[in-house]
Amino acid sequence: MPSLPRIVITGVGLTAPNGDSLPEFRGNLLAGVSGVETIEVRYMGPQPAGVCHFDPLKYQKKKEMRVGTRAGSISIYCAREALADSGVDFPSLPKDRVGIYIGCTEHGNVETENEVYALSKFNYDVKFWSHYHNPRTVANNPAGETSLHLGVTGPAYTIGAACAAGNLGLIHAAQMLRLGEVDFALCGGVSESIRTFGIFAGFKSQGALAAHSDPQRASRPFDKARNGIVVSEGGCLYTLERLDDAHRRGAKVYGEIAGYCVNSDASDYVLPNPGRQAECMRKALAVAGMGPSDIHIVNTHATSTPLGDIQECQAMAAVFGGDCPDTWINNTKSYIGHAMGAAGALELAGNLPAFGDLVVHPTINVDDLDPECALRGLVVNQPRKVGRVDAILNNSFGMLGINSALIVKRFVG
Amino acid sequence: MTQDQCKAAVLAIIADIAPDEDLSDIKPDVRLRDQIDLDSMDFLDIVMELRKRHGIEVPEAEYGQLASLDSCAEYLTPKFNALAAKS
Repeated sequence: MPSLPRIVITGVGLTAPNGDSLPEFRGNLLAGVSGVETIEVRYMGPQPAGVCHFDPLKYQKKKEMRVGTRAGSISIYCAREALADSGVDFPSLPKDRVGIYIGCTEHGNVETENEVYALSKFNYDVKFWSHYHNPRTVANNPAGETSLHLGVTGPAYTIGAACAAGNLGLIHAAQMLRLGEVDFALCGGVSESIRTFGIFAGFKSQGALAAHSDPQRASRPFDKARNGIVVSEGGCLYTLERLDDAHRRGAKVYGEIAGYCVNSDASDYVLPNPGRQAECMRKALAVAGMGPSDIHIVNTHATSTPLGDIQECQAMAAVFGGDCPDTWINNTKSYIGHAMGAAGALELAGNLPAFGDLVVHPTINVDDLDPECALRGLVVNQPRKVGRVDAILNNSFGMLGINSALIVKRFVG
Repeated sequence: MTQDQCKAAVLAIIADIAPDEDLSDIKPDVRLRDQIDLDSMDFLDIVMELRKRHGIEVPEAEYGQLASLDSCAEYLTPKFNALAAKS
């Protein structure tokens, strides 16, 4: 994209089941530390899930938490952490020139289920229905709560893109910065999905919910014994700026948005389409002006389902199966489960430090690699020190056939 | 129920609705909104909690009766006592 402004990542704020800051998250990815635990899910009993343990009162008042949603709390925490990390003088920024773009797989299930459950205790008399139901369940809730908290008066909304949403938050922010719609963006994705039984029950009905006696072993992409998804909550928001603006204030730069693609399968409600996934990666490479061998880390979307992992590996082999001796492949869901709308944003964050330390974090829990997932370059169980990391391609795919591939390159001024 | 007990019941609700506020020095004759951070949704919360916890209904036209602790006690104590007499 030579004629468009260059867009850079200048701050990261996150909460994951195994870390509430990028250094803690990255440290645990390199140390093989899972964040999956067992929780009690309404009507379903104990289930493996990724739970975040950040302190929302670090930034929010108790009243904000009482009125708002978990997704709002996660967003506010990540936004404040990203702003602090970016070093920007936020009070001096014109707030009408700040955009907030937050990817969500879904929003409102948690609040609706809780309210229906509470109503059942009052014999379903709707005069006991909460007056907070609508502001809590509108699709823009996480971004809206963040704008209220920060006093941001620019555009603030969510992007519904199933489990591709985290990538789309970043992609949309880059587009808005390039269009000059905003001068500073907070973007990424969040998920509160572990607080709704419907997500768990839905995956179970599909035959796609993970089960394992040890929750930390339940999410195991590419392993022969994988049996489904571990549902997780989490969030990751970035500060994105045009390079000129970042330079002007002397910001540190984590990486530069090099290319991206969003496309659609148009083939099935839930089943992936390897052909469209491969097409998505190829188009992102074309936008970046790169070939497959220019990518040094590919973070897979693989969710630990028997079929989905194989299909992504087919797409990966189609794109990276040629002469790509320096392309390494990993997966983050093996540590944190599937953080839904936060997945793409979190998984990218876990790899960004590789630009500096040249270490590729592995995918863990692979005891018996499925031959159909045995991609060349797959980094399994142990971190791998590599010669160079100049570009990362981050895959995130979602239901109704939405695919996204985002390429971030090492920043060279 | 006495008016003081009624005020204590209202304060218990407010403590949950406005958990960041210090309620130790609430003046009973001064409007609640002039002393602590309460918005229109919070007042709906007070109405809802009176309904959920005590079975008391406050018609919308009478929301103004909840302005201060004194006016709450004046308005709500007979309702509490009427309910107690029924049960």
